[in-house]
Amino acid sequence: MDMHEAKRVEITIEAVMQKRLTDALKAAGVSGYTILPVRGGSGRSGEWSREGQVSRAGGMVQVVCIIRPDRLDPLLEAAFSVVERHIGVVCVTDCNVLRAERF
Amino acid sequence: MDTILSIAASNLLSPLILFFVLGLAASLARSDLSVPEAVAKGMSLYLLFAIGFKGGVGVAENGASAALGMALIAGVVLSAALPLVAFVLLRGITGMGRTDAAAVAGHYGSISIVTFVAASAVLAERGIAHEGYMVAVAAAMEAPAILSALWLASRGGRDAATTAAEPGLWREIMLNGSIVLLLGSFLIGWVTGPDGMAEISGFIVDPFKGVLALFLLDMGLIAGRGLRESRGVLGPGALLFGVVMPPVGAAFGLAAGLLLGLSTGGLALLMVLSASASYIAVPAAMRVALPEANPSIYLTLSLGVTFPFNLTLGIPLYLAVASAATGG
Repeated sequence: MDMHEAKRVEITIEAVMQKRLTDALKAAGVSGYTILPVRGGSGRSGEWSREGQVSRAGGMVQVVCIIRPDRLDPLLEAAFSVVERHIGVVCVTDCNVLRAERF
Repeated sequence: MDTILSIAASNLLSPLILFFVLGLAASLARSDLSVPEAVAKGMSLYLLFAIGFKGGVGVAENGASAALGMALIAGVVLSAALPLVAFVLLRGITGMGRTDAAAVAGHYGSISIVTFVAASAVLAERGIAHEGYMVAVAAAMEAPAILSALWLASRGGRDAATTAAEPGLWREIMLNGSIVLLLGSFLIGWVTGPDGMAEISGFIVDPFKGVLALFLLDMGLIAGRGLRESRGVLGPGALLFGVVMPPVGAAFGLAAGLLLGLSTGGLALLMVLSASASYIAVPAAMRVALPEANPSIYLTLSLGVTFPFNLTLGIPLYLAVASAATGG
């Protein structure tokens, strides 16, 4: 099977910032992404769980993008402009995809 | 004094408060009792729908007048001014940093719609009427406090104009689901009036208190969890602020309500609105506009300290004072 190199970018961010992030990604030419709900976790601010959050203010989401390696820098710049002041994690890993033309 | 004690006693032994206490106790005891997120969201929508619709029908029955406009203006002024009072009080009592204090202050200018709903249920139980348009006043009090909080933070160097102009922030605040449903139901209730109420009363009148009791169980669980996880976040000064600020806010509401000539029920509700602190609209706005402020402080104060205080002791106190002030 013919495989192609790609980058998988995972951005975990506060739910209230989700639309700002995806808008920034679109503006940087990234049209494909997947949004996942985050159930809970632990970090510098201590443990956190989605359960019992009374408003969206306490929620987190993860935005996952898979892109061609040459498009990574504009994506990271766009993501950083949104994440900079906020709680969040940006992580990049190498991956392989089957149909390169889709990314 | 006897009136306050008798209202407080009957309030404390009502199913609403007892379910809240059950949730709080279960959470503090680390029980695995929980209300699924989607169910809690559904109950919240139901309560907003019901309280908005009933308010609109109330206006349809009694007619709208200039008093509605004046009450809306008073609500906006109270919401904008109370954060300034809260900020001074908070800084005086705790010495909290400017950004955190501004964020907390914003919560105390805005309102808790669940406290308002619980107070409305207490009034209904005691047969005390109130102006239906108080629902619209509640909606009007959600947002101005956010602007005041940003202004207070800006005096420490943050550019308030830039923060307030954060793309999409005001659209999100003004069109947040709670406000849209509350005002939308209010308008539909106003337009359809008693006939509309007759059509859906089986859904929004009889089950109302049961749904509210279950919702308050969830609020107790959330408040308990917040308190448990935020141990050490709030000092004695901040805890004191959480129970002192509500009566102070209520006093401003009392003054405004007397100037407006509200009925006993309307006056009590304006006091409740002025005394309550937001935990839905303002935290979301603060996470966007003031991410440096610590959410554990404002959420724990608002949800873990002020909300239980208002629900158990505050509402009877404000109702007794409103009764005394109006001779009701």
